[in-house]
Formats: sequence, structure tokens, C-alpha cells
Amino acid sequence: MKSSWKTFKAHPMSLVFFILVCAGVILTVGILFLVVAFVLIRGVPYLTPDLFALEYTSENCSMLPAIVSTIEMVGISLLVAVPLGVFCAIYLVEYAGKGNKLVKLIRVTTETLSGIPSIVYGLFGMLLFVRALGWGYSLLAGSFTVAIMILPLIIRSTEEALKAVDDSYREGSFGLGAGKLRTVFVIVLPSAMNGILAGIILAIGRVIGETAALMYTAGTVAAYPKSVFDSSRTLSLHMYSLSREGMHMNEAAATGVVLLIVVFLLNSFASFVAKKLKSKT
Amino acid sequence: MAVKFSVSNLDLYYGDFQALKNINIRMNENEVTAFIGPSGCGKSTLLKSLNRMNDLVEGCKITGTVLLDNVDIYKNMEITELRKNVGMVFQKPNPFPMSIYDNIAYGPRTHGIKRKSQLDEIVETSLKQASIWEEVKDRLKKSALGLSGGQQQRLCIARALAVKPEVILMDEPTSALDPISTMKIEELCFDLKKEYTIIIVTHNMQQATRISDKTAFFLHGEIVEFGETGQIFAMPKDKRTEDYITGRFG
Ligand SMILES: Nc1ncnc2c1ncn2[C@@H]1O[C@H](COP(=O)(O)OP(=O)(O)O)[C@@H](O)[C@H]1O
Ligand SMILES: [Mg+2]
Repeated sequence: MKSSWKTFKAHPMSLVFFILVCAGVILTVGILFLVVAFVLIRGVPYLTPDLFALEYTSENCSMLPAIVSTIEMVGISLLVAVPLGVFCAIYLVEYAGKGNKLVKLIRVTTETLSGIPSIVYGLFGMLLFVRALGWGYSLLAGSFTVAIMILPLIIRSTEEALKAVDDSYREGSFGLGAGKLRTVFVIVLPSAMNGILAGIILAIGRVIGETAALMYTAGTVAAYPKSVFDSSRTLSLHMYSLSREGMHMNEAAATGVVLLIVVFLLNSFASFVAKKLKSKT
Repeated sequence: MAVKFSVSNLDLYYGDFQALKNINIRMNENEVTAFIGPSGCGKSTLLKSLNRMNDLVEGCKITGTVLLDNVDIYKNMEITELRKNVGMVFQKPNPFPMSIYDNIAYGPRTHGIKRKSQLDEIVETSLKQASIWEEVKDRLKKSALGLSGGQQQRLCIARALAVKPEVILMDEPTSALDPISTMKIEELCFDLKKEYTIIIVTHNMQQATRISDKTAFFLHGEIVEFGETGQIFAMPKDKRTEDYITGRFG
């Protein structure tokens, strides 16, 4: 810092730049801090045991059913999207040749899909799953809709993870007479697991945070879904419903705290898994 | 001595670029054959065509014949069978990110060996053959990536030996290693040639004189001269070979 004063005198522009950089950092951290602080201050005082009552009533506004259906929603959508996305990425990276037309098509499709606003997915899900397939507003329709929504993310992150695997591993495996299938599943996939998991966790975050696409497909019933064909609302949608009704702003804020904690835990878990895997290899 | 590999009229193209031109060479059983020559002259390319690793390269075309024990490896041999018989050790040590044991057992498992006792035995003999057993016997379950570079390379040699090949191809196996590790690997080549046929690419001419019986000098995709290592280095027949080994060359 001492020498930098001299630099600043000689080059006044660099001082301006330095201030801009500092301002950027302070603003970013500050805003983040403000958001978290606001949610906590506004919500923590209303985190009553009532909010975690076993059954939802319009008095207690329990979020337990919403937590359960969030978990189910995440589970089903991953069950659909992860195998599909991972296999698709394996095909793209390991099997398809360069300049393959299908690869280009899939790439354009996934890029386009990832740019579409989620409410459009919601509309699509409603037309296909809710109406055409007759699943009604349901956990299943919602899960399939968000599964399609997170598919590009999973394909993309798996693709990147596979590409990052050193080619010398593949060569080593082929050199021992192993075929493509064995090489991909025994050597390449485990090495790419880190990146794939990171993508999956990002995807979980998107499912948990999704509201627009689910309003049209999963509906907003606040009870536990008895089957996958029952309507049920996730935590985010629960929070949205509470605040939209205008009478439960405090409960909505408390739900916000829980969402924040869930996301925080998820991220910590992600970096924990990443570290675990790294130290193992 | 019996001929192991016999390459005739081999031309190899990467797309439009001809990387090998009319290669004719025979490599004998239980000998070390060295490929020398400046970078980019096609040494690795020829080595890789001996176990068809070039098949992985898109746009690679090969004409001519390569016979292994008189069988055409491009026409009459399964690729798994070929690679089981012709093992490869790469320039950069490339142990898999798994345990030392699993690294060695990977090849045998690939070829259908499942019995634990049999795998145990293969792991031990391969590691002993690659003279690394003493260093790793107490840490077989530990990750192979924790080994030093020289140990990793000997592990890779052990891994190649574990499928019981007849030929071992080595592409500049010591170029990333320190002098002591290099010496260990050179000694290893010397021991291994009693049972195997070894073909080694090297940048280091001293290395070629130390370990090889025959030497092939490559230039611009052609073999300029091939013969007894002693003769190549003492009395090269071709002016270009002489220029290269006396260091008057890139
Ligand atoms: N996969 C490839 N695609 C295109 N050209 C290649 C490829 N591999 C090698 N080459 C080219 O072929 C020539 C010979 O390469 P290589 O056999 O690796 O040389 P060396 O091992 O003798 O240094 C070089 O000109 C190189 O650029
Ligand atoms: Mg080379």
C-alpha cells in the first residue's frame, strides 16, 4: 500500500480505478449482507413451533408439509433429469464425433432451453403434463416440469466435468485393452464426479427456488401430497402464497429464513462433498 | 532372433497431413528397439500405430501392413486382443485416480479375471517385475496419485505388465523424470527384455545407446536409418543421421 500512493500520484487514473474496484466489492458484499440481515431480522422473531406443526391449518401456516413436498419434488425431478442429463452429456463428450450434426443440435437446444424464462416451462408443463397427459395439478407434473428446466444445467455441467478429465486417463485405459464403456464408467465418470455433483447441487437450488413454473403445474395445496398425483406446494411456493394473501407476511418472512438456511446448508454440503472427493483422489 | 513386429509400406495421414511415409521396419523378440529423431518426426505416431492407439484420432488414415507374429493387426486381430498383447507406457505417468492395487488390477479385470487370490498374485508379481513392490507393498490401498513421478511411471509399467503382454511400447517414459528415476527405468528395460519385446521412443541419445539393441532414426516422417545401436552411433551410414547424433541438428 505504501508504494501504491506513489503509483496513484503518477497515474491518477489508477486511483480512480482502485476506488471503483473497492466500491464494487463493498457494494456487493453490503447488498448481500443487507438481504440476509433483512430476512433474518424480519423472519427470526416469527419462527414459532407452530410453523412446524405436523398439519397445516390456516391459523398455524405450518411449513412442514411444504418442506416434505419440496424434498419429494427435488427427489423426483433429479430422478428424471440426472440420468437423462448425464447420459446425454456422456454421449456428447465421449461418443459423438467432432462436427456431428446431432451434437450441434443438442447444444443449440440446451442453450436455448437454459435461456427460457421458467414461467414458459410452467405453461408448457401445464399444457402437456397437467392437461394433455391428465396428471392434473400434481407433484408429478411439477417435478417433470422442473426436471426439463434443470436438464440443460445438468447436461452442461456434466459435459464440462467430462471434458476436464485428463485424456491421459482415457489413453491409459484404452491402452490396456478396455473398451469405451468400461473406460467411461470405471475411469472417466468417477473422475468427473465432483463437477457432476456441483451441477446437481446447483440444480437442486433451482428446484427449491422455483415458483413460476410450479404454480401452473404443481398447484398450491398446502397439505402433504398423498400420492404423486396430488397437488402440493414447495417451500418457495408456500412463501409466495403466504405473502400474496397479504395476511401472513410474518410467517412468509419466517419461511424465508428457513429457505435461506436450507440453501446455506446445501452449499456447505456441496463444498464438503467436493472436498471429500478431492482428498480421496 | 524371431521377428515380433513387421511393418511394411506404412503410410499414415492425419487428415491431409502425411505423418509417416513408407515405413518399413522389423522389430525382434527380446530386444529393445529405440526410436530417435527430432520432435514431430513421427516417432510417437509409429509407436501408436503398433497398438492402434491412432484409431482414437479422428481423421487418421493408415495404409500398409503391420504384422504381429505374422498376424495383420489391422485386419485379423481384435483390438482388445492386440492391446492385451501390446502394452503401452506413456510420456507423462498416468496412473488412474484410484488405489495402487486397483490400478494394477484394472487391466486383468478388464480381461475377465475376478478371483481375488488371482488378482492379488498378479498385483504382486507385476509390482515386483517393475521393481516397485518394496516401495508400495504397505500402501496398496492408498491412492496411486500420492506416489512420486518416478514411482508413478514404474507403477504404469507394472500396470502394463499385469495383463501379461508380449510387447511393451514406451513413449519417452523418462522425459518427465529425474535422473535417478530415469536410471531405475533404464535398468528395468534391461531386465524386462529377457521376457518382453520393448520398443522405446527417446529424446535422449545416451539413453538409446545405454538400453537399446537396435535404433531407428526418424526424420520428417521417414526412417532414415535403422540398424544395430552400436553401428548407428559409431558409424552412421547416412549424413543426416550423423548430423543428428553429433548435435548439428534441431
Ligand atoms: N492427433 C494428431 N492430429 C494431427 N496431427 C498430429 C497428431 N498427432 C501428431 N500429429 C503430427 O504428426 C507429426 C508427428 O507427430 P509425433 O508422432 O507426435 O512426433 P514425435 O513423437 O516424433 O515428436 C507432427 O507433425 C505432429 O504435429
Ligand atoms: Mg512424441
